[in-house]
Amino acid sequence: MTASTELAPADGVPAVLRPHAEVAFAAELEALEAFDAEEGRPRPPRWRLSPWSVVTYLVGGTLADGTVVSAKYIGSRRLMEVAVATLTTDRALLLLGLPGTAKSWVSEHLAAAVSGDSTLLVQGTSGTAEESIRYGWNYARLLAEGPTPEALVPSPVMVGMERGALTRVEELTRIPSDVQDALITVLSEKVLPVPELGREVAARPGFNVIATANDRDKGVNDLSSALRRRFNTVVLPLPTDVEDEVRIVTTRVADLTASLSLPPVSTAAEEIERVVTVFRELRAGVTADGRTAVRSPTATLSAAEAISVVTNGIALAAHFGDGVLRPADVASGIVGAVVKDPVADAQAWQEYLDVVVRERPGWGAFYEACRDST
Amino acid sequence: MTLAELETDVAAPPRGPVEVFGVRHHGPGSARSLVAALDAYDPDCVLVEGPPDADPLLRFVGDPGLVPPVALLAYAPEEPRQAAFWPFAEFSPEWQAILWARRREVEVGFCDLPAAMTLAPQGRTLLDEASDGLDGPDGSDDAERGEEAGERSAVEELLGAPAPRGGDAAALRRLAGRDPLGALAQAGGYDDAERWWEDVVEGRLDSSSPFPLVLEAMGELRRLVGQRHGRYAEGEARREAMMRQTIRAALKRGRTRVAVVCGAWHAPVLTAPLGPAAPDARTLRGAAKRKVVCTWVPWTHRRLAASSGYGAGITSPGWYAHLFEARDAPVVRWLTAVAGELRGRDLPVSSASVIEAVRLAETLATLRGRPLAGLTEVTDATRSVLCDGDELALRFVTDRLVVGERLGEVPAAVPTVPLEADLAATTRRLRLKREPAARSLDLDLRRGIDRERSQLFHRLRLLELAWAAPATSDVQATGTFRETWRLQWHPELAIAVVEAAVWGTTVEAAATARVDAVVEGQSLVELARTVERCLLAALPDALDRLLAACADQAARDADVLHLMEAVPALARAARYGDVRGTDTTALRQTSEVLVRRTCAGLARATTGLDDDSAVRVRDLVDAVHAAVGLLAQEGATDVRREWLGTLAALVGRADLAPLLQGRLTRLLVDAELVPDAPARLHRALSYGSAAAAKAAWVEGFFTDGAVLLVHDPALRGLLDGWVAGLGDEEFTDVLPLVRRTFGTFSTVQRRALAQRLAHGDAAGPAPDADGPDELVAPVLATVETILEAGRG
Ligand SMILES: Nc1ncnc2c1ncn2[C@@H]1O[C@H](COP(=O)(O)OP(=O)(O)OP(=O)(O)O)[C@@H](O)[C@H]1O
Ligand SMILES: [Mg+2]
Repeated sequence: MTASTELAPADGVPAVLRPHAEVAFAAELEALEAFDAEEGRPRPPRWRLSPWSVVTYLVGGTLADGTVVSAKYIGSRRLMEVAVATLTTDRALLLLGLPGTAKSWVSEHLAAAVSGDSTLLVQGTSGTAEESIRYGWNYARLLAEGPTPEALVPSPVMVGMERGALTRVEELTRIPSDVQDALITVLSEKVLPVPELGREVAARPGFNVIATANDRDKGVNDLSSALRRRFNTVVLPLPTDVEDEVRIVTTRVADLTASLSLPPVSTAAEEIERVVTVFRELRAGVTADGRTAVRSPTATLSAAEAISVVTNGIALAAHFGDGVLRPADVASGIVGAVVKDPVADAQAWQEYLDVVVRERPGWGAFYEACRDST
Repeated sequence: MTLAELETDVAAPPRGPVEVFGVRHHGPGSARSLVAALDAYDPDCVLVEGPPDADPLLRFVGDPGLVPPVALLAYAPEEPRQAAFWPFAEFSPEWQAILWARRREVEVGFCDLPAAMTLAPQGRTLLDEASDGLDGPDGSDDAERGEEAGERSAVEELLGAPAPRGGDAAALRRLAGRDPLGALAQAGGYDDAERWWEDVVEGRLDSSSPFPLVLEAMGELRRLVGQRHGRYAEGEARREAMMRQTIRAALKRGRTRVAVVCGAWHAPVLTAPLGPAAPDARTLRGAAKRKVVCTWVPWTHRRLAASSGYGAGITSPGWYAHLFEARDAPVVRWLTAVAGELRGRDLPVSSASVIEAVRLAETLATLRGRPLAGLTEVTDATRSVLCDGDELALRFVTDRLVVGERLGEVPAAVPTVPLEADLAATTRRLRLKREPAARSLDLDLRRGIDRERSQLFHRLRLLELAWAAPATSDVQATGTFRETWRLQWHPELAIAVVEAAVWGTTVEAAATARVDAVVEGQSLVELARTVERCLLAALPDALDRLLAACADQAARDADVLHLMEAVPALARAARYGDVRGTDTTALRQTSEVLVRRTCAGLARATTGLDDDSAVRVRDLVDAVHAAVGLLAQEGATDVRREWLGTLAALVGRADLAPLLQGRLTRLLVDAELVPDAPARLHRALSYGSAAAAKAAWVEGFFTDGAVLLVHDPALRGLLDGWVAGLGDEEFTDVLPLVRRTFGTFSTVQRRALAQRLAHGDAAGPAPDADGPDELVAPVLATVETILEAGRG
């Protein structure tokens, strides 16, 4: 994607490729803040917005003064209400779901709307150590000065506790179990002892944790029941209907092409619908009309993959094509997303092409393009 | 007595002579408010929306044996399928009203159209939820609303917001007729109408009666919706005319405080002054009627969830029952019950989690702008806190608690069809319960009580009363002492009982009569199957007549194949008879006659068959052969001799299809009547017919014959040699047939066979043992392929 950034016009280039949510949507957050003040809606301690406004920020809406709040999460309002309500209680929030169901996305926006800061983040991996949940030391200073507050390197969790802000833990189940256990103390006692300094950090109101976990990796480091009990679980589902999924892809693609400064490209709607249809059919193992069974490939085919296929296609169309998104522009992306296993997936894809795509009226050009790039 | 006269009556109470309580059907909130309102009004007559033909049944309300959920069932006795139900739960306001009156010995009756009218052929639409006429007002509602500008209307009072307009108003209109209070709740942002009632209707009134407000709001709503048209509207007009006439009659009888309990929608048109009676009398004149019978039947919560005679069904009867019964802290009590349910399923739920769930439910309600958490909020909290987001675990709770499995009870004294009384007595005697939850029951037919249970179930099946269904097939149960049944009682079976009642007054008599009635016009096979079922159901009278009919048909039916189809069922029946200790002499005699007739006609039936017919005849021969075996076990050895003799005579015939030749040979080999099987196989495979014919012979002979192949090296060698000698094309042609044959072998048998072939036959001389190894190897490989394929 470097090519596209270089080719982009100099004016209107965003300062960073992907600004944090609280920056990108600063105007909306301010409008909601003002609205809360006007309506006198109560805010929990150290919350930037009222719970109602946080939900509105997530699912979108129009305020009384005409301000339009864009939808960040497209799907059930009810789920977002449960998520936000959870953050006002004693329990932490666990967002669970298949890959690409907007868990990280929702978590970031929640942190931005509630605490005005989405950067307190622990990225979970198998190498995540206890220091990233508790605290570490600056060894140079530790050796020079001994254990002093200045030598201590606080974790994002510790910072969140001190500030009374939301802290995010991504991919919780990838974190080794003994490190996960460090979270239990934090979540149940709401204090983090620092015996070396003879003190402890007590969480200020407003602190809470949002964790995300992928339920495909079940069993990697399954959450202990003790930890699970500290969380309320919200399962983010795959989009229920095509319309929702097309909306998700369309809005996200528009955001992304804007931030990549890609020139506008026409007839995207038709291709987006096609990509979404292909992904949904392969995922469900049956065509949209329910008549033909198809084989599901091993790859995850979520809205996230659809977004990246379309964005790639737009880049191709803008820089190497005629500025119109054509079947050929998305074809290679689709093949790349679907065929992860060179044998099994390739066969499933070939079957899908021959049985479903070839027969479908108006899909001729797409069929040709896919055959060429397979 | 006119209203004016009433008002001058010094003894008249301070309140009006008629008080209308508009309720939400099955609404626990209205039920609770209603009881308080009745206490305050202290009526001397209570009229409830429902069919007055059922008035005599009201005396059972209050009887400890009548436990809701129950339903009034009205049916046309000569056509019981024409039936309607009026279900009641403990928390139904109608039920509470009747109960209130019965406890205080106050006159109580129904005031809607009689079932005699609604069940009349032209009256059906009165009960149906017709869609016509629901689509809009005929006047301009905006103009009418203008009149009320200035002060806050009752609708607005209940909504806490301006009355809906435009699109909202249209939606409201669509819902209003069925569940107007639910529609108001929805317009007010509540998806749980009962929590809305608690919060808005009761909560804002500090314990004064909510009914005047409801009445006023319904008046406005009716104006908003406007005049409706079509058949549905006509039916509504008739119902309301009837209600007014019933109220007038009560006043005429001298009642001075008449409480009317009806769906809120009707309330505004039932209040005093009722106006002149003449137009109502005109509306009702000439309505068609028919004879109906009413009774109480047990109902279930699950059935309450479906739609019923009281308009739309409710989706959460368990939750409503809970709201009605738990007078305080319903959310806490509910979530505690949920935790109990989950623990019962080995899902650990701590008290701390219950506390968190309560907090989440309440926080959610606040976030949604609802002062009280409703079913939606407790469900969200259950899913997220107690079930770790698991929909499956949540579904347990939904099924067990939100809907619930409650089944009502009806006392024995309630008049009902005699058949139902007999069924009730029989089930009691046999210690069976009619339960809504499915369960399976194992019977040991050597025990008296189990035998009787089995007979009862079979009789009910003959009556098409689907309470018990065999969990294993009838055939499988042949000659064993065990039967497994799946029992599940659906309340609608009450109708099936009434329908079956036309056949007789006891289960046995009805089933016998039913069998007699269907004998006419049944084919021989059908008759034989019915014989079988009769025997299982222990209906000796029906059996005699059936057997006579069988013998008759057998004499008339010239088609041997029909006879053959009938034999197995009869033979099985004779066998059951033994297990059950029934006298089966007549049955055995009939079966034997049928076999003899079959023997006489078999030769004719087996000439010149094409491939498909050959398969059919082969199957029938197999079935009859098995049946003859059963009969022989019962002592009919001469029949067996005759049958085998027939087969032996047939097998030599050249015009017999190869499949049958193979099969008959095999049956005779099994019966040890043919000592030279290898020679016959050799002959079948050697002469110059087509490969396909030989393969058919092989199929006939070897199907189910793995044992023969494993233990007889000569047969094995011959077969192997034949396959090896096939040309390429021939091989391809016969492969499917041969595969099909081996497909009938079990995996173990196939493996044993493959071993024998691979290890050069320890059990005997190897086939073509003198041939060089290089020649044998491919043959073995081929055989392996065939065996492997059959294994798949
Ligand atoms: N329902 C939705 N509404 C809005 N955006 C969505 C939705 N579903 C998916 N997306 C988009 O999909 C992209 C991927 O989402 P995200 O990275 O949050 O997925 P994730 O659930 O964290 O996946 P993973 O398990 O792989 O980490 C985001 O750009 C997000 O905007
Ligand atoms: Mg993620």
